[in-house]
Amino acid sequence: MEPTTKTETLDIEGMTCASCASFVEKSLSRTPGVQRAVVNFATEKATVDYVPSQATPASLKEAVVNAGYGVTERPPDTSAAERSAEIDRQKALAYQKLKRRFGVAAGLALVIMPLSMLMLWPAAMERVNMQWLNYGLLLLTLPVLGYSGREFYSSAWNGFKHRAANMDTLIAVGTGAAFLYSLAATVVPGFFTRRGLMPEVYYDTTATIIALILLGKVLELRAKTQTSAAIRTLMGLQAKTARVVRPGGQEVDVPIEQVQLGDVVVVRPGEKVATDGIIEEGHSALDEAMLTGESLPVEKKPSDPVFGATLNKTGSFRFRVTKVGADTMLAQIVKLVEDAQGSRAPIQRLADKVSAIFVPTVVVIAILTFVLWFDLAPLETRLPLALVNFVAVLIIACPCALGLATPTAIMVSTGKGAEHGVLIRNAESLEKAYQVNTVLLDKTGTITRGEPAVTDFVAADGQNVGHLLPIVAAVERQSEHPLAEAVVRYADAQQATPLAATGFRAVEGKGASAAVDGQAVLIGNSRLLAEAGINILPALQQQADGLLAQAKTVLYVAVAGQAVGLIGVADTVRDTSAAAIKRLQALGLEVVMMTGDNPQTAAQVAQQVGIKRYFAEVLPQDKAGKVKALQAEGRIVAMVGDGINDAPALAQADIGLAMGGGTDVAMEAAGITLMRSDLQGVVTAIELSRQTIRTIKQNLFFAFIYNTLGIPVAAGLLYPVFGWLLSPMLAAAAMALSSVSVLTNSLRLRGFTPLKN
Amino acid sequence: MDTAEIIVTLTGLALVAFVVWYFFFSARQTASAVSSSSGVQEVDITVKGGYSPDVIEVERGKPVQLSFYRDEENSCSEEVLFPDFSIRRDLPAFKTTLVELLPDKPGRFEFTCGMGMLRGSLVVK
Repeated sequence: MEPTTKTETLDIEGMTCASCASFVEKSLSRTPGVQRAVVNFATEKATVDYVPSQATPASLKEAVVNAGYGVTERPPDTSAAERSAEIDRQKALAYQKLKRRFGVAAGLALVIMPLSMLMLWPAAMERVNMQWLNYGLLLLTLPVLGYSGREFYSSAWNGFKHRAANMDTLIAVGTGAAFLYSLAATVVPGFFTRRGLMPEVYYDTTATIIALILLGKVLELRAKTQTSAAIRTLMGLQAKTARVVRPGGQEVDVPIEQVQLGDVVVVRPGEKVATDGIIEEGHSALDEAMLTGESLPVEKKPSDPVFGATLNKTGSFRFRVTKVGADTMLAQIVKLVEDAQGSRAPIQRLADKVSAIFVPTVVVIAILTFVLWFDLAPLETRLPLALVNFVAVLIIACPCALGLATPTAIMVSTGKGAEHGVLIRNAESLEKAYQVNTVLLDKTGTITRGEPAVTDFVAADGQNVGHLLPIVAAVERQSEHPLAEAVVRYADAQQATPLAATGFRAVEGKGASAAVDGQAVLIGNSRLLAEAGINILPALQQQADGLLAQAKTVLYVAVAGQAVGLIGVADTVRDTSAAAIKRLQALGLEVVMMTGDNPQTAAQVAQQVGIKRYFAEVLPQDKAGKVKALQAEGRIVAMVGDGINDAPALAQADIGLAMGGGTDVAMEAAGITLMRSDLQGVVTAIELSRQTIRTIKQNLFFAFIYNTLGIPVAAGLLYPVFGWLLSPMLAAAAMALSSVSVLTNSLRLRGFTPLKN
Repeated sequence: MDTAEIIVTLTGLALVAFVVWYFFFSARQTASAVSSSSGVQEVDITVKGGYSPDVIEVERGKPVQLSFYRDEENSCSEEVLFPDFSIRRDLPAFKTTLVELLPDKPGRFEFTCGMGMLRGSLVVK
């Protein structure tokens, strides 16, 4: 006998990503006495079913703590929304703090600057005691260093201890050098004057650099939160509660974490579907745009799947829960996007190599700059010139721009893709999609719907279609054969009068028979009619041959022992296919089709959608070979399939695109999964990849050029020719702007919209 | 060349040599993972201006659990990336964040901060 279980809901603390949730789940499931544990990352809740004699809330808590997370004791009515608001509040607080640090630095720099200018004005110089002025400036600069800039120094020091150097190292050394020199000039000016040097101070430089760098950081932080906005939006889509039908029949609202497999959930118009399942009764139109990018509502009837987070538009329905928590479509999309955002693009390799040695190299260049200026400049100006150029080199160098160039673009673009139903596995897939020059389409399920539809309904001489159709539909309505379903769909679309059929009998491999209005009706292939001894008149047979020549499947209809009609059934081309293929060709891609059909059918479909090259009579096991053949021609091939028996071809292609949500196998093999069953998704994927890689290239180009031009100019390379020197303050402004420009350029991808024909 | 120039030149070159040696050639702190009773290889890593330890040795085929404790607020270290494992994780300040992965092939896999400035490596044997 199954022991009675108790259910406990725990608030989990410290989960930062979807895989943390699965880790907590594993740890809980391993605890003795636990029968089921579901952890929801978005709401940070764990729901555990356990046997009270073997486990207690305390032992469950211990399991969570052992996994490295915490259990928060809080009033049960704190909603997930409130908690995410709390996290946002903490982030906002950090942002406020940064802004305050910037405010202090900027405010003081605005006072320090004009005071420093006094030195350039001889009339003022005579009235003001230089010594006092310097002490005043020192006092004003101290808070800029100690409060606003403190993090740069602590971070540089911590890094130094780890033999690591980062951007803060450059800023700390640069501003530190300027400040210490000024400090010496303030406290012991005699040391300088004795050597014939002006005891100059650089407090304005120090304060301004810190203010500008902080400004850059403020702008950067603001932009950065936008790069990961897509994940937050996706997670926010999840429903918080579900209306579950209890065995007694009453409907109860329960938190989403408590919904279990097999529960029946009610969804009313205007409500969100709570989780994934299959409709049991009722029908409705659902808005699935959030998952598939398809803007038109999708009609659903009993036995159709529904997905959590989609929106119910018109009718009420009940569905049986088939997936909860991390198994749902939404959770998988979130995981896929998260994974993609953590991946590295091959294009980034050079930038990665450079940034690994960047900071120490810049420090070396700065030291050499100092030495050269000190050795080569005139005696009386050599120290200030050496110092100013040393600082300028350190400050202008911007490793951030290099580091941000690729990942920010990848983050924005994978999020954008998900919004349009294009799920990108990783950054490498995106890069491959960019390089593609040939698109190979598996005809069935991509160009065509992949399900049969009635294309012709022919009545024999002396017969009437309007009279035949209701009779045919009455018989086929009782059949479960896919061809019969196609006939029923056709009859429903034609609004045929419903009739009743009796004595239905399916004849394996041939067709079906039944009686309608007391007349015997046969529907099936020619063998079915032949075996019943029914003759097909030559005129009708001729029409049948015509349909067969078009590679259609022909169903013969006999009523009361006489052949009276034909039904032509074929897989039909999707409405959007031709336009999408035209668009792909306009993008400069060669579109090739592959099908198991005979050459005539292949030629006909190819011509219908505007494809010039195709492979016909391709056996399922040869699909990957065709991909190889195209690759052997030196092409970079994108393979598009619906995932049914084309996983090897998807894997063989340079980039595989699995269509229509795809099977799990196809999603494994595909670099890109298209949620929408529509070739338009292929266009979106390719266009998105092109825009993204273009953006990355711009970013990398800018970051490299900026540093390779900026550093020599700051070192004073142009001085001998043009007499140009770069003020460290200008260097700071350039550096602050460079990383923000790269980020802003990446954020432009948020404006991506797929071109519609 | 006067004395000051000679001193500055020599000091400068010595500093250059020090920077190159210190950042590129000096020995790194290495740690091997400790296997827990459940067979998970566990390593604690402190994040403060860098990763300590920054070379982590693990065995192939056994799950690895890295506990990153971020002991600073500096924004440089707010993310950790394992590009070879498609992992990008936010590290909240003064909190421990777990990173789980399964090393299924031997080699040296880098992990870095969001901008690639702080570096460490996972050595799979």
